[in-house]
Amino acid sequence: MKILVCITHVPDTTSKIQFTANNTKFDTAGVQFIIGPYDDYALARAVELRDQTGGTLTAINVGEVETEPTLRKSLAIGADDAIRVNSFPKDSFFVAKQIAHYAKEGGYDLILMGRESIDFNGGMVHGMVGELLGMPSFSPVMKLEVEGTTVKMAREIEGGKEMLEAKLPLIAGCQEPIAEWKIPNMRGIMSARTKPLKVVEPVTDETQAAASSYQLPPAKGSVKLIDKDNVAELVKLLKNEAKVL
Amino acid sequence: MSILVYIEHAEGKVKKTSLEAVSFANKLAAQTGEGDVIAVALGTVDSAELASVGKAGAAKVLHADDSRLTDGVIQAHASAVAQAFTAIGTKTLVLAKSSLGDAVAARLAIKLNAGLVSNVVELPNTSNGYVVKRSIYTGKAFAETTITTDNKILAVKKNAVDLKTDGGDAIVEKLSVNLSDSDFASKIITTERATGEILLPEADIVVSGGRGLKGPENWGMIEDLAKTLGAATGCSKPVSDIGWRPHHEHVGQTGVKVAPTLYVAVGISGAIQHLAGVNSSKCIVVINKDPEAPFFKAADYGIVGDAFEVIPKLTEALKAEL
Ligand SMILES: Cc1cc2nc3c(=O)[nH]c(=O)nc-3n(C[C@H](O)[C@H](O)[C@H](O)COP(=O)(O)OP(=O)(O)OC[C@H]3O[C@@H](n4cnc5c(N)ncnc54)[C@H](O)[C@@H]3O)c2cc1C
Repeated sequence: MKILVCITHVPDTTSKIQFTANNTKFDTAGVQFIIGPYDDYALARAVELRDQTGGTLTAINVGEVETEPTLRKSLAIGADDAIRVNSFPKDSFFVAKQIAHYAKEGGYDLILMGRESIDFNGGMVHGMVGELLGMPSFSPVMKLEVEGTTVKMAREIEGGKEMLEAKLPLIAGCQEPIAEWKIPNMRGIMSARTKPLKVVEPVTDETQAAASSYQLPPAKGSVKLIDKDNVAELVKLLKNEAKVL
Repeated sequence: MSILVYIEHAEGKVKKTSLEAVSFANKLAAQTGEGDVIAVALGTVDSAELASVGKAGAAKVLHADDSRLTDGVIQAHASAVAQAFTAIGTKTLVLAKSSLGDAVAARLAIKLNAGLVSNVVELPNTSNGYVVKRSIYTGKAFAETTITTDNKILAVKKNAVDLKTDGGDAIVEKLSVNLSDSDFASKIITTERATGEILLPEADIVVSGGRGLKGPENWGMIEDLAKTLGAATGCSKPVSDIGWRPHHEHVGQTGVKVAPTLYVAVGISGAIQHLAGVNSSKCIVVINKDPEAPFFKAADYGIVGDAFEVIPKLTEALKAEL
């Protein structure tokens, strides 16, 4: 089986979000970048499936040169090779077009990625790639088993889940508990240095809904503390002041 | 020209988030002069229920009454909605962000060559171009995005507009759609859904418990409080990781993002990844025995105290008041 896993390069979940250049650029000063947590689940499951069924696992990222350490980390975790599409990821449509092109070229049976990136939270790339390639797409997938060409999945819905069956090839946007995050070991880190990482150029420049400027939410006022022996006061405040009851 | 809204239903009821999407489209139509709002509903559901979507501002509901569409088969739903979009000759599709809605919208963006914006938090600015404000960085910031295509899809976040309830009944019309076997190539074998409960992503009030509650046997007081408030229950990630609560209750960066009017957090420290899932709440109440718990910084009201003492008292006080 040939597996493709799509990796986003995103700020660590504890990062302070700030913008520069008159609120038109994300401020990367002091920010540590990681593999998107949902992509990390997809990658972990992809490694397990590759080890179970044999075959290959390729990681792909649409990003500029600074994303390479993130892509190398996915090689350290277990991908066999990597592709970097050399461009800033302008919008979901742009990213989906690049991934669809290189996915078609590689003839993958299974394409996994996170349910959404944690920077733009679009959750749209898997469906777009699916439609572009004429493959079924599923998200958010919390369980995925492959038996021959049949794929059994659990997809989370509001207040529960549905159990699904579909045929390869397909695309899934993943979330926990599909697999446990994998931490690269020393051997993985060493071998990642020499695994192939191919840099390719974008196949189109087209966008449909790119961001032009950013804003931070208004600062939160300070908390009003209520004595633990006076809970009735809290009820009053919720009713009369906050008006949320 | 009309605006199309894709509405979802579960257990015979149109989802409240879909009604919000209809309300959003109603306001948008008034702003852009796009005419009326037409909703499209798929699968088996009562006509009277669909007519009531008029209250939220739809003039008409197109109903593809094909029982194969009652389950949310993603490919088939995308095909059916695309056909409705073409049939009424619209340029704008609005829907509520949801597990199914997101999956369907992404495919539709390609099918309809439509610029798609997700997590939309307010009506677009259409005075010069088509600028849409969306929530990004898991609620920690906003982006203005410009849609450059003629066709547009907006996936609306909860609470983007107030729910409209004063419209009349909508006309319900049958819609016939052409679906192929390949649209149904994937099969939904079973669906498990918590019944009779208020669903977390759609709830107006949420009561969440964290590791401070010590064990699943102590969730009774959380459920009592939630019941008193008419709230959904949620939890922190470690709580669902250990299996004290089901996964679909896990709130935060890697779980459900909620946007209730009131979020009550009990025995949750307020790690940044948990806060990422609740920062769209209108009012946050924190109950934690540690005055230094980071959650207090994100709260509107707080009680420093032992949950096992405070929660039963709070439930009693609420019962007396409500
Ligand atoms: C990439 C990543 C993603 C993550 N995603 C999420 C996510 O989506 N959601 C999420 O929740 N977490 C997430 N986490 C985990 C997060 O960092 C915290 O570990 C987690 O939120 C802590 O859960 P907690 O507050 O229940 O537990 P703890 O941090 O253990 O806090 C328990 C709290 O209960 C209080 N307490 C104890 N006893 C009592 C009592 N008797 N009465 C009142 N209060 C009491 C304590 O003072 C403490 O503040 C993520 C972490 C990472 C690295």
